[in-house]
Amino acid sequence: MKKDIILAGVGGQGILTIATIIGYAAIKRGWNLKQAEVHGMSQRGGDVQSHLRLSDKPVQSDLIPLGQADMILSVEPMEALRYLPYLASDGWIISNKTPFKNIAVYPDIEAIYHEIEGVDNHVLIDADTIAKDVKASRAMNIVMLGAAISHLGFEEAEIAEAIRAIFASKGEAIVEANIRALQAGIAV
Amino acid sequence: MEKLMLLGDEALAQGALDAGISGFYAYPGTPSTEIVEYVQHSKEAAAAGIHRTWSSNEKTALESAIGMSYAGKRAMATMKHVGLNVAADPFMNSAFTGANGGLIITVADDPSMHSSQNEQDSRFYGKFAMIPILEPSSQQECYDMAFYGFELSEKYQIPVMLRLTTRLSHSRSAVLRRNPLAQNQLHKPTDQFQFMLLPAVARKKYKNLIAMQDKYITEAQNSPFNKFNFDAPDKSLGIIACGLAYNYLMENFQEKPLPHPVIKISQYPLPTAEIHKLYEMCDALLVLEEGMPVVEDSIKGFAFMGIKPIKGRLDGTLSRDGELNPNKVAQALGLSDTYGKDVPSIVAGRPPMLCVGCPHSDSYNALNEALSEYGRGHVFSDIGCYTLGFLPPYNAIDSCVDMGASITMAKGAADAGHYPAVAVIGDSTFAHSGLTGLLDCVFDKSNVVIVILDNATTGMTGGQDYTAAGKLEDICKGLGVAEDHIRVFVPFKKNHEEMVQVFREELAYEGVSVIIPRRECLQILKRKNRME
Repeated sequence: MKKDIILAGVGGQGILTIATIIGYAAIKRGWNLKQAEVHGMSQRGGDVQSHLRLSDKPVQSDLIPLGQADMILSVEPMEALRYLPYLASDGWIISNKTPFKNIAVYPDIEAIYHEIEGVDNHVLIDADTIAKDVKASRAMNIVMLGAAISHLGFEEAEIAEAIRAIFASKGEAIVEANIRALQAGIAV
Repeated sequence: MEKLMLLGDEALAQGALDAGISGFYAYPGTPSTEIVEYVQHSKEAAAAGIHRTWSSNEKTALESAIGMSYAGKRAMATMKHVGLNVAADPFMNSAFTGANGGLIITVADDPSMHSSQNEQDSRFYGKFAMIPILEPSSQQECYDMAFYGFELSEKYQIPVMLRLTTRLSHSRSAVLRRNPLAQNQLHKPTDQFQFMLLPAVARKKYKNLIAMQDKYITEAQNSPFNKFNFDAPDKSLGIIACGLAYNYLMENFQEKPLPHPVIKISQYPLPTAEIHKLYEMCDALLVLEEGMPVVEDSIKGFAFMGIKPIKGRLDGTLSRDGELNPNKVAQALGLSDTYGKDVPSIVAGRPPMLCVGCPHSDSYNALNEALSEYGRGHVFSDIGCYTLGFLPPYNAIDSCVDMGASITMAKGAADAGHYPAVAVIGDSTFAHSGLTGLLDCVFDKSNVVIVILDNATTGMTGGQDYTAAGKLEDICKGLGVAEDHIRVFVPFKKNHEEMVQVFREELAYEGVSVIIPRRECLQILKRKNRME
């Protein structure tokens, strides 16, 4: 059993939190994990990605080979497309609809959606609005995680346990907001 | 013992802490920064009083680490690859003095230049200095090599280089801890000549270093981190895979056994006898290494050319530059490769940029206006967030070479008659390598305007404190800059006219001016607000 996930977004959008939560659940299962992150210059508003590799066998490379990712999980629609060379032919692309516009000319958003919908296995949701609707506006990333977990073979209880552990130090209100976001993501 | 989920950088830091280190010395630099940051956040390190504050630059850091080794304690200097250029003088000479307490010099290379101005390979430096090099291939090896490296260093009284690359520095995996060791007791070097490199002594030191090489090779042959598999059946090719490249190789052989003999190298100098054996036994060799073709070049030589092929980055089997990955290795082996879909053409680039509201952007807007009559080509800059001022919409600077070069390049251009000559340098970069250049300017009364962008932090690497914070005017005065030509303002849009005026006045002054736009980095401000 292995799951190779490309997490994508723009610096500061919270993809590493998603990685930490999935990682926690995988370790609980006794799986092995490698998680390559981007630090440094790119974090200043540039595109960032993380390679998250989970397996019940030892993980060799810190990088996912091109054409072998099981999923691209992106908190920003254009960023989802940037990593298509990594996606396996039967892989899933799961993306937020809300564009992060910090460049002079952002492409036509409908054309971006059209490209994402061109991938057979895709989920495209408005995670920002969903997060606001459940009064967890800062947990858009957790809504995205919720939308992804059934395709990764994780149960809600495992991920909820990870969220409780990881956010515990931030107080019960923040834990509960993230749990609501997770459930809302699962429900879409 | 407990298992921790750590970055390669953090695993090394925890390993060094558990191996009884007494001090870390460093200046921040991607991808090495997280080593010392981890130690700064460690309660155990605080309780044990481990040295962990930042140094002014890599040279002062390494010299302090050598001093701690002199005193008998275990010490580590950490830096990014180009930082070793700054520390090259103590580095090369430390191979002659050797170590007393264990000394590890950790250098994190950045192949593909994710956050760097070049992709030099630090193994060249290790070979140049003739010291043992360790190159971990996993987070667990990072941890274990701290113990091993200090033991090796003390066994032979020699500094050991530990070479990381970005991908391992910034990748996380589970690490199993060992029982921690106590710190060394203070103990002076027993040999009074050990750290005294007068020529007559140094000549003996060099002979000794040469004589030790065979022992270092034997250590590499017996290293727990090197692997030799000569039994595989297909001798048409033998593979030498160094550090992380070994993982990329094995990634391609998870479902089937690797048919070729293979040597995994994680400790240098190269185990020559084993490499000869592989060469004799196989029809061709393939060298897989992250960075430059250090190993390929070493074993190829002129004598081997044309006898049996040695493939790698030099003959084009692998790309000459850039980071390796499993796909490049698959191609080099002629295996079937995988690839998803092309990136759709509508996807636009998203380069890093200054944050919205960054103080540097207000400084650049004012500087641009003050310089508008002269056109481009007058602003020498430096290494930091503000280097992004080269890009639109600012188009404000014209050079970025190395830490501190803004001031000295402006000086050289001014000496040639270039006017105006403006230097733009960050406050932390100024502390790192700007002071001596400013002293040169004062000494020569050069006609330069030096802009020290003071955001009260080392911004690009994530906001570390630095040694000259709060002392910039005093330092400039002390170096001899006239007090009425040290100008400070707050870079805000509302102060634009005042800022332009200050720039114009100092451009008109014939001599050394220092202008300090001072406003705190927004990232640091945000972090403070979150904590309150």
